[in-house]
Amino acid sequence: MRRFTWFNATALTLGFAFLYLPMLILVIYSFNASKLVTVWAGFSTKWYGELINNDAFLDAAWVTVQVGVVSSTFATVLGTMAAYVLVRVGRFPGRTLFSGMIYAPLVMPEVITGLSLLLLFIGIGLDRGIFTIILAHTTFSMCYVSVVVSSRLVSFDKSLEEAALDLGCSPFTAFRLVTLPIIAPAVISGWLLAFTLSLDDLVIASFTAGPSATTLPIKIFSAVRLGVSPEINALSTIMIGIVAVGVITASIVSKRAAVKQQQDEQAAARAT
Amino acid sequence: MRRLFLISVPYLWLLALFVVPFLIVLKISLSDTALAIPPYMPTLGFSEGWAGIKQFFADLDFENFVFLTEDDLYWKAYLSSLQIAAISTLLTLLVGYPVAYGMAMAPDEWRPTLMMLVILPFWTSFLIRVYSWIGILSQEGFLNQFLLWTGLISEPLMILNTKIAVYIGIIYTYLPFMILPIYAALEKLDGSLLEAAEDLGCSRLSAFWLVTIPLSKSGIIAGSFLVFIPALGEFVIPSLLGGSGTLMIGKVLWEEFFSNRDWPVASAVAVVLLLILIIPIILFQRNEQKEREKDQ
Repeated sequence: MRRFTWFNATALTLGFAFLYLPMLILVIYSFNASKLVTVWAGFSTKWYGELINNDAFLDAAWVTVQVGVVSSTFATVLGTMAAYVLVRVGRFPGRTLFSGMIYAPLVMPEVITGLSLLLLFIGIGLDRGIFTIILAHTTFSMCYVSVVVSSRLVSFDKSLEEAALDLGCSPFTAFRLVTLPIIAPAVISGWLLAFTLSLDDLVIASFTAGPSATTLPIKIFSAVRLGVSPEINALSTIMIGIVAVGVITASIVSKRAAVKQQQDEQAAARAT
Repeated sequence: MRRLFLISVPYLWLLALFVVPFLIVLKISLSDTALAIPPYMPTLGFSEGWAGIKQFFADLDFENFVFLTEDDLYWKAYLSSLQIAAISTLLTLLVGYPVAYGMAMAPDEWRPTLMMLVILPFWTSFLIRVYSWIGILSQEGFLNQFLLWTGLISEPLMILNTKIAVYIGIIYTYLPFMILPIYAALEKLDGSLLEAAEDLGCSRLSAFWLVTIPLSKSGIIAGSFLVFIPALGEFVIPSLLGGSGTLMIGKVLWEEFFSNRDWPVASAVAVVLLLILIIPIILFQRNEQKEREKDQ
């Protein structure tokens, strides 16, 4: 018995207005002709033009994308391995510590993670730059990947893997031909999550970046400390647009994949 | 062999880049500040052999932790972080519960869209979402313009650079973390229980209070911890919205490290923050564990 009342409708409307209105204002005012960010003075795209000519932002964006792609790829490989160990490999010495190390970074305050990694890099004399940011981002995002992937590993039918092994596959081939295709959607969303976390991170990057590498969030943070600027509004609009397109596409693709996969799994179950 | 490889690669990675760095923080928190590079002492030297290692441990002490208790900046910052995190968690619950409830009551065909609408902000840059409030809350911002226009106030309110702005920032950015677990709990709720309560003479309000709320308790607890734990160590929100008057420990740690270059004190601040966080983290884990056992 469910009744969708006026109270529910109001709560949803107000809740979503609260979530989306600030971003909507940001998007609208990025097209404002005036330098004064709260006074509307006609439509203009000049801030986008200035953004494209701003080399500092473009450099930072390029660093951010490099860090994001490399670190999320490493994080996906390591996180998938860790998930496989947690779910499929039984007991081994130090298992408790292992799962602790997977879950602890998820709740660790960013300032502490950043500080501790910086002290490590200084301690071993590693020069700070793109490489150290990649190491830092890989470390915290692999934990998120392994949580996403292990929830998929838990739910899938282990007998498919066992069938492949019985039919003479080596464990690695069984993983490649059976397990990996089944967990692929989770691995892909793990990668996307790692990539987003990396693009988004300010605190850990600030600690681990040297003077040679500045990421976009560091750049944005130092700019917005001085107040609102129309250029940052334009940049934000571009980022919001990319995310919106990405998330909507991903949800459509994954919905289709999920339907297809269910059919495949059912077909495989019938065949066995 | 293969198994060993599979275990050891992520294992060693996390040991080297998560456990070891934390041990270094612990060690530096017990060291003294020094005018040197690196700016603390003692440093571990193996050149003097066993005597050097013994001397190293002898030089470590709790001086920085004593310092934290003596200077009232620090305990004020811890208390104010706890207070801000607690109040904003409560407010997030008050905002998030009706939304989650509305989602659970909504027609089935709306749900995927509603879910996506809740998750979408989570994928959007955190920094940008916090930044978007600066333009709204400032003296000449949209909120003040709107309130002046309606005639509710005659002078712009000071909201930005106060604790209220920090509360709003935390509610805004962590709202999805509160909505999702509560929605997950409410979705499982058996509607016939409410019918039974009403048949037995409960009003709808008291049925909600006596049946719905207790049955969504696990979601409320999970959501509250998911907001409280990260809010406690928050840095971006207080530094963009809170102004210089809002004291939060994440900001103090940042300034201690970057502005004062006092690494031992920054490390000690980090160690104490972690000790404070251990209690809510363990409570959260227990709640999750109980839920998993119930599901099985």
